[in-house]
Amino acid sequence: MSSSVRPETLGTADATDAAPPGGWGLSLFWSELRVLFGRRRTWALLLALAAIPVLIAVAVRLSSAVPAGRGPAFLDRISQNGLFVAFTAMLVSVPLFLPLTVGVVAGDTIAGEANLGTLRYLLVAPTGRVRLLLVKYAGALAFCLAAPLTVGLAGAAIGAALFPVGPVTLLSGDVIEPPQAALRILLIAAYLAVSLAGLSAVGLFLSTLTVVPVGAMAATVVVSVVSQVLDQLPQLEWLHPWLFSHYWLGFGDLLRQPLLWDSFASNALLQAGYVAVFGALAYGRFVTKDILS
Amino acid sequence: MTAAAGGPESRMYGLTIETKGLTKRFGQQVAVNALDLVVPQGAVFGFLGPNGSGKTTTIRMLLGLAAASAGTVKLLGMEMPGQFREVLPRVGALVEGPAFYPFLSGSENLHRLDAATRHAAPGTRKARVDQALERVGLSHAAGKRVHAYSLGMKQRLGIANALLSPRELLVLDEPTNGLDPQGTREVRNLVRSLAADGTTVFVSSHLLAEVEQICTHAAVMSAGRLVAQGPLPDLRRSGSARIRVVTPDGGPAASVLARLGLAPEPAPEQPDGQVVMAALAGLGADTGRPAPEDIVAHLVAGGVRVRGFVVERESLEDRFVALTGEGFDVVQ
Ligand SMILES: Nc1ncnc2c1ncn2[C@@H]1O[C@H](COP(=O)(O)OP(=O)(O)OP(=O)(O)O)[C@@H](O)[C@H]1O
Ligand SMILES: [Mg+2]
Repeated sequence: MSSSVRPETLGTADATDAAPPGGWGLSLFWSELRVLFGRRRTWALLLALAAIPVLIAVAVRLSSAVPAGRGPAFLDRISQNGLFVAFTAMLVSVPLFLPLTVGVVAGDTIAGEANLGTLRYLLVAPTGRVRLLLVKYAGALAFCLAAPLTVGLAGAAIGAALFPVGPVTLLSGDVIEPPQAALRILLIAAYLAVSLAGLSAVGLFLSTLTVVPVGAMAATVVVSVVSQVLDQLPQLEWLHPWLFSHYWLGFGDLLRQPLLWDSFASNALLQAGYVAVFGALAYGRFVTKDILS
Repeated sequence: MTAAAGGPESRMYGLTIETKGLTKRFGQQVAVNALDLVVPQGAVFGFLGPNGSGKTTTIRMLLGLAAASAGTVKLLGMEMPGQFREVLPRVGALVEGPAFYPFLSGSENLHRLDAATRHAAPGTRKARVDQALERVGLSHAAGKRVHAYSLGMKQRLGIANALLSPRELLVLDEPTNGLDPQGTREVRNLVRSLAADGTTVFVSSHLLAEVEQICTHAAVMSAGRLVAQGPLPDLRRSGSARIRVVTPDGGPAASVLARLGLAPEPAPEQPDGQVVMAALAGLGADTGRPAPEDIVAHLVAGGVRVRGFVVERESLEDRFVALTGEGFDVVQ
């Protein structure tokens, strides 16, 4: 019964001060990514997101010419240039679809583990609570990047399949070649990933409050909707710059020549503020929480 | 396990678990009340108590999952939860049943939990996972999703998780719950072999027969309080024992026993003679009571024809019921 692998592991158990062989959480981070992206639910979310550009492209393909100026921005340009499917789809998915999927993932972070009971085993493994919180948040951020990237790449792919691809005319009137346009798609995905960082932090915090993941998910989505509604009310003008959804649609600056980074920077700063505040709240709640599930 | 348990530093502490005044309140209810647990190193410690008596809550506090309302915990000689980073890698645990990701396979689950362990070397991870699975007899189901595991298979996987790294202490909350007879026996053997290697094992259970078979020490909880603890033979001894004399001379036997300070109670006559019973409170050398062999000598010297003489020890179950009450209803 005695194990042959003991000697190696024992040596490390004694040297508690030295850097652990597993690294400072990298091993757990990879494991988190594997669990998150290996799970069918995540694939279903990403597939649903990928369906958005496909639906748009097919609809445009099947209909006769879209009258200019009707429908979402860029829609009328799709039939001339397939790359606009990506821009249109990313724009369309910002208000609801992206927050919905991010809400599911961020709301599930801690509450999902608590619900399964795996939280207690992760903590006695031991994973420090702070480390677990960081890894869980990092996993949610990875999804925040994967989600808009999926929309953009699926859009570019289906656009290229159904429509001609050519130079893209930017909002500033300048024309860029398709490879540069592809780069802009990646830039917008990055912009949206940053945009969703604040919402993810809110979701992480809500997730520490409950052992019912659906509750945390729904609450996160509701928060994102409320933020956008408040952003529409002119009476609350003073509040608008403080809402995490304020810059969500501000990626038009990335479609100009030369690139304007102003809204990217303001957005990043605002999101960092949300991450700091809700990260601290999540920390305060989680490190003192009794794990009774 | 000798290398881990017998290091120069670990020799200095003789107690693997030590709590002082450990208390947990849930609102008004006191789930664990001023618990002073003492688990010596190398013991197989049975933690007994009826449903809802606070066993799992205690284990949660030992492992730092729940904060104590009052009191302190020392595990392996170190403060918990303050020094969890040093303590918990050396502790394997099964708390309130196994819990896994249903969409991952058995071995993927173990890989994940091992990755969560700071000190677990990634290089030996696969070997350790395979070995742990083999130890609990799950090698063939390693690739199956846990979603498709039976209750007993999950329980076995939970035990495998506790065995992923070499441990100095195993905390097992009802490890044989849901296991078939073979599984139960395997767990017993596993506990014995781990204990033989020097691992301290802390098992909570209601299965008294099982505790009687494998434990060296035990503690009994009742409604959040510790009502008894110590080495198993002492626990049994402190319970009452009675003698049973079978003889045709009921009257003389009773008077001899009365002279020895025992309280004889005549029992109904049996075919081979009359039965006289007497409680033998606190059987042992230090109580001043006569030893059983002396009682027989006195009886024979008193002219009593002894046809049968038995010392009936209380079973652990009798002792358990005596300590925690007869009632079936859950307290609180
Ligand atoms: N999260 C909780 N909130 C409130 N009370 C709780 C909570 N968890 C446990 N309790 C109470 O604490 C007491 C002890 O529960 P615990 O789970 O420790 O019992 P146990 O000895 O493990 O029982 P069992 O043998 O059934 O597993 C019970 O009365 C229970 O109702
Ligand atoms: Mg219990």
